[in-house]
Amino acid sequence: MINLFKIAIRNLIRYKRRTLLTASLITIGVVFVLVFVSITGSFKAMMIGQITDSMLGHLQIHHKGYVASIDNLPLNLNMKPQAYSKIAMVLTTFPQVEAFSPRLKFGGMFSNFAETTNIRLNGIIPDREFQTVPLLTSRISEGKKTLSRGEIMIPTLLAKGLKVKIGDAVVVVATNADGSVNGKQFIVSGILESATGPGGRDGYIHIDDATEVLRMPEAEVSEVAIRLKDFSRLPAAVRQLENKVSGEINKEGRPIFEVHSWEQLSPFFNIARMIDVMTFFIKIMLIAIVLISIMNVMIMAVYERIREIGTIAAIGTLPGKIRSMFIIEGFCLGVVGAIIGDLIGIAVVLIINLVGIRFDFGQQQGLLLKATLQPSDLLTVSIIVIVVAVAASLQPAIKASKMEPIEALRHV
Amino acid sequence: MALIKAQKITKDYQTEDFIVHALQDVDFEIEPASFVSFVGPSGSGKTTILNLIGCLDKPSAGNLRIADTEVIGLARKESAAFRGKHLGFIFQDFNLIPVLTVYENIEYPLIMVQNVAPQERKERISRLLAAVDMTDQAHKYPQQISGGQKQRVAIARALVTNPALVLADEPTANLDSQTAYSVIGLMKKMRDDFGTTFIFSTHDTKIVGEAEVIFRLEDGRLTGKETKGETK
Repeated sequence: MINLFKIAIRNLIRYKRRTLLTASLITIGVVFVLVFVSITGSFKAMMIGQITDSMLGHLQIHHKGYVASIDNLPLNLNMKPQAYSKIAMVLTTFPQVEAFSPRLKFGGMFSNFAETTNIRLNGIIPDREFQTVPLLTSRISEGKKTLSRGEIMIPTLLAKGLKVKIGDAVVVVATNADGSVNGKQFIVSGILESATGPGGRDGYIHIDDATEVLRMPEAEVSEVAIRLKDFSRLPAAVRQLENKVSGEINKEGRPIFEVHSWEQLSPFFNIARMIDVMTFFIKIMLIAIVLISIMNVMIMAVYERIREIGTIAAIGTLPGKIRSMFIIEGFCLGVVGAIIGDLIGIAVVLIINLVGIRFDFGQQQGLLLKATLQPSDLLTVSIIVIVVAVAASLQPAIKASKMEPIEALRHV
Repeated sequence: MALIKAQKITKDYQTEDFIVHALQDVDFEIEPASFVSFVGPSGSGKTTILNLIGCLDKPSAGNLRIADTEVIGLARKESAAFRGKHLGFIFQDFNLIPVLTVYENIEYPLIMVQNVAPQERKERISRLLAAVDMTDQAHKYPQQISGGQKQRVAIARALVTNPALVLADEPTANLDSQTAYSVIGLMKKMRDDFGTTFIFSTHDTKIVGEAEVIFRLEDGRLTGKETKGETK
């Protein structure tokens, strides 16, 4: 086998220019894919991070049917205090949970005493909320980064539209579960930038204030946002939590709770999927580049060495060994292209990080792109290149091994 | 017992318009350790007969027995294995592998064809390099040596597997006359030293005289056999 490699490598060196050209083509392809994967991967991770860490949390638990009606923020589908206690107990003992935050969500009217508009309010326990969605504070563009009773954080859209400033008194009016209406005065303590764009209408108040506005004897919970210790274990955590809460059933024998990962709650998951699809097609392009270049070079190699093939076949080299010789040539080209491509790819990613590329996402401006390459990315791309290089060599190699020595020796 | 026994060998080639009778009812026997030449004008069937003996081609009819094996019935892979075990080849254009050194060219069949142990390989190659007087050129590549030297390397490569028979198709055609004589002389010496049968084809009348057994071919038919000291 060592000798087959020796001959293959020497044959590659023999046609220096062609080998260099083919290896360069593969290298460029690998670099392109790695840089693309690292940038889009980092962009995706950052985008997901912004959405989960400033708004949604990694996953959420709701009363069954709540998500289906989430646009109406239905108060009748809130978790009762007893139900929430069960969830809180599960989450407290669940080892993968870093933090969780109960939210009481409702729709209401927001007034500055001169004008009125609608608002979506989240009643939260501030400390718990800031632990669960730690980037929420980074969205507070004005005001303090805490929230006390009697205070409200409002989205920038409402602040600008109603010309409300920090310290202004405002009124929130909401319809209660029994159909009556109640209102409460708040002081604006913070103005929030939206995570997803200029259209956000979500404001935050203390959960006790929300309970008071809604005239609830005890705080009900619309959703529980959860932050995991390890985001990469999200699917497993969702499965495990589903199993844990599925035991809670109502009188009709149906489950009371449902667990949703951020992917099921945010349309941005589709963008993340589009990035994956783009990455897939970029990899297909790489496969095409490797396939065409290696196949081309191997067909040329076989054609140019027909007499040589005839000679080695005549002196008794078995077809399998002749086949191996050419496959190993393709394999070596793939390995060289992959290794050099990996090294250059890593260097380019390092340079990108040194230069520091910044971009805007929604209202979040000047986000620094941290391009990263995972060892699994390098391994996947390298394996793709090598496997495709071997596959591309197969046809020319089989052709070489099937040559009749007498005809090959006659070739001019 | 004869090393090669050919009976009623016929070889026809079908072209688009007609059939070419390359060999017709050729019978011959070749003894072990002979130094044999097939001679004749261009198109007489010399190369065809060497290709058949070399198991590179199959006759249209007849029987061909080499080293106690009926070679006509051998499948492609079996033919390759038979060639690797029993036959050596010397080509008109030397056909050395350009990416291998002189040493590695001789070593090639021992590794890729016969899988000989490293120590034995080394011994055999050293012995043959000395025999063909190429020891000091062992590290050079084919493009760095002369035509005569290339043919010496080819002879060493053909003999390194200890074959019963070495076939050489016009081995001196690309060499000047002095080098040609030295190559033929070397082949004869190898026959003497190793007891290997050498069969070569040539149209060079001076070189023909070096053979001990001469088969004359004309239009695909065997027209005569000359053995040193007698003529049939």
